[in-house]
Amino acid sequence: MNAQREPTLVVGRLTTRFAGLGGAVTAVDEVSFNVAPGEVLGLVGESGSGKSMTGFSILGLVDPPGEITGGSIRLKGRELRGLPAREWRALRGDRIAMIFQDPMMTLNPVLRIDTQMIETVRAHRRVSRDAAREMARDALARVGIPSPDERLRAYPHQLSGGMRQRVAIAIALLNAPDLIIADEPTTALDVTIQAQILFEMQTLCRESGTALIWITHDLAVVAGLADRVCVMYAGRIVEQGSTAQVLETPAHPYTRGLLDSTPAANVQPDKAGRPQPLRQIPGMAPSLKELPAGCAFRPRCTRASTLCEQTPPEVELARGHVARCFHPLSAAEGLKS
Amino acid sequence: MSAPQPARTAALQEAPAQAPANGSTIAPLLELKAIRKTFGAQPDWVERLGQRLGWLQPAAMVQALDGVDLSIARGEVVGLVGESGCGKSTLGRIAVGLHAPSSGRRLWRGTDLDALPEAERRRAGLGIQMIFQDPYASLNPRLRVRDLLAEAPRVHGLIDRTQQAEFVAALLRQVGLDPAVADRFPHQFSGGQRARIGIARALAVKPEFLVCDEAVAALDVSIQAQVLNLFMRLREELGLTYLFISHDLGVVRHLSDRVAIMYLGRIVESAPSAEIFSRPAHPYTQGLLAEAPTLKVEKKRFLAIQGELPSPLAPPRGCHFHPRCPHAFERCRLEAPYLQEIAPGHVSACHLNGA
Ligand SMILES: Nc1ncnc2c1ncn2[C@@H]1O[C@H](COP(=O)(O)OP(=O)(O)OP(=O)(O)O)[C@@H](O)[C@H]1O
Ligand SMILES: Nc1ncnc2c1ncn2[C@@H]1O[C@H](COP(=O)(O)OP(=O)(O)OP(=O)(O)O)[C@@H](O)[C@H]1O
Ligand code: SF4
Ligand code: SF4
Ligand SMILES: [Mg+2]
Ligand SMILES: [Mg+2]
Repeated sequence: MNAQREPTLVVGRLTTRFAGLGGAVTAVDEVSFNVAPGEVLGLVGESGSGKSMTGFSILGLVDPPGEITGGSIRLKGRELRGLPAREWRALRGDRIAMIFQDPMMTLNPVLRIDTQMIETVRAHRRVSRDAAREMARDALARVGIPSPDERLRAYPHQLSGGMRQRVAIAIALLNAPDLIIADEPTTALDVTIQAQILFEMQTLCRESGTALIWITHDLAVVAGLADRVCVMYAGRIVEQGSTAQVLETPAHPYTRGLLDSTPAANVQPDKAGRPQPLRQIPGMAPSLKELPAGCAFRPRCTRASTLCEQTPPEVELARGHVARCFHPLSAAEGLKS
Repeated sequence: MSAPQPARTAALQEAPAQAPANGSTIAPLLELKAIRKTFGAQPDWVERLGQRLGWLQPAAMVQALDGVDLSIARGEVVGLVGESGCGKSTLGRIAVGLHAPSSGRRLWRGTDLDALPEAERRRAGLGIQMIFQDPYASLNPRLRVRDLLAEAPRVHGLIDRTQQAEFVAALLRQVGLDPAVADRFPHQFSGGQRARIGIARALAVKPEFLVCDEAVAALDVSIQAQVLNLFMRLREELGLTYLFISHDLGVVRHLSDRVAIMYLGRIVESAPSAEIFSRPAHPYTQGLLAEAPTLKVEKKRFLAIQGELPSPLAPPRGCHFHPRCPHAFERCRLEAPYLQEIAPGHVSACHLNGA
């Protein structure tokens, strides 16, 4: 969609490992993707697949024993890997912002909203308090908070959960960052509030050209929001492409399995009016400590062959649609049966 | 009545067995009638004194449930949907007897539970079990699985010590776990396995009715699918009845025969599952369905319901939904609509009904 524009973020073969007693684990394993200005990238996968670690790596927030051991992270052409901590800190909250599942990770419970927002602005640019306050007010209004002047004087505990999350989003927007990484920010919210926030984020990124990475385990959220999707399994991106390519003609057996496991709102009951059993992915997600050799999905995959004991190659199925698999599903097989 | 009329008596006795298969005329398994529940902090003596002297405001009361009627037939799966804080868990807890309602009645097979003597009420109570959202927090971490599963049935005299091992093994098999895991502790299991143990524990006292409160919300989709399939298999095998509380409309649609929609302490619509998803009648239900994320790849305009959730501390007058309803008119602000049947088995509470 934005292919002609220079990407905001280029992540190449990013690898993040945790040293540990029982040997090191690779939480992020040669992950590569781009995000263009104004584009929304959905990063999906089950618990422990490495979504948050990918986000933390891009933000320079990996703490020991974790370490980025390979690859590159280029923001508007500038390499971030190996940046001194001080410079990375200057980028955060300014050029890159993060929104967490729990807004209280961003908000300070003992400070008024205006104090926190003015500090965020003035930490990164020389403006007067009044000008910073004005910016804060505008940011609250932009995320749809009614009577922003009043809300500025509130403490976090005086706001509802949905309102708090919107304040956290407003803080992320304050300095018009190039990139926002949102880690499951609406998972704890109600459908109606979630829908409002998704809508606001979508519009804001379109209008301001901010690139957005939306981390979630919910494929349905991605379907309505993202331009492109990356599916992670055991630290690797196993499939990526446009949202339509990945969700409508998935090529990786794991993506197909995830879609089949999702109780979609369009299931047809059988003749007796009873629901059909959901198709299950057999087995469980592996522990990163004991990954099988070759394709990590092999023990659960119905298409596995002896070939899959080797590391699977990236196969380009269509323009921009890539799967890491020896036996990807054809477009016809991937279509929802 | 000196002359006996045996033929007629026999006919009367047979009548219930011949009740039509139509769900609405079979006596419900569980019936909740006009349930209200208010929560308020119990004031301590300083606060009471302060209130008496007029220094302090009386403690705020939360009206969690405001006159809820719900009846569930044997073998039925009823889905309960609504926004956070609307009272779903409170209703579930009242259904299993973990909370007493502030007013209203609870009928089990037609008998008023609160009118029963203590012992009988406890026995009836075993028939209704609850499965919680967080499978870890609800399992005692210091008990081995075998003790977790055998504790309640032993206390209630359903099994004796000699039967325990066999009983536990059968339960574990029923939920798809290897009986060899009986010696392990809860932390030695994955999330999906812990969810199964939580289900096995509820099944241990041979319930007829399960209240599942966000029972799969914490699970990843692939594990969630396994647990949902297990619920459905148990329904077939054991003839279980379910009240299935969930905010996930996909899950609810997949499982439920009937769906009840709650808004701020009231049920605003209830209908057979297929009907409510194809022909939602209440403006709130319509908004909810329009905004629920689906797997359809399309850029949504998420805009149907505006405004914040109102506070249960100060629910709006009249129809609770009126501050957010696109169709609200004068009457909605003054008068609460009550549930009316708008199609067979389909009730909705809105002043626009029939208009
Ligand atoms: N401090 C740590 N030490 C060792 N391993 C860690 C540490 N932090 C994370 N990991 C591992 O990194 C992997 C990726 O974790 P991550 O938090 O990125 O998962 P996720 O996809 O965000 O999952 P979720 O959906 O549960 O948030 C996990 O398997 C986790 O066990
Ligand atoms: N023990 C309690 N004391 C005081 N208030 C309570 C108590 N339990 C629930 N409430 C209040 O009653 C209302 C209904 O709560 P309930 O937990 O039933 O909501 P819910 O629909 O289950 O929400 P969720 O989807 O967030 O679980 C809420 O406003 C809640 O704050
Ligand atoms: S590489 Fe082999 S095991 Fe892995 S997903 Fe593809 S077919 Fe399955
Ligand atoms: S009663 Fe009025 S406010 Fe309530 S849902 Fe109906 S139209 Fe809307
Ligand atoms: Mg995470
Ligand atoms: Mg609840």
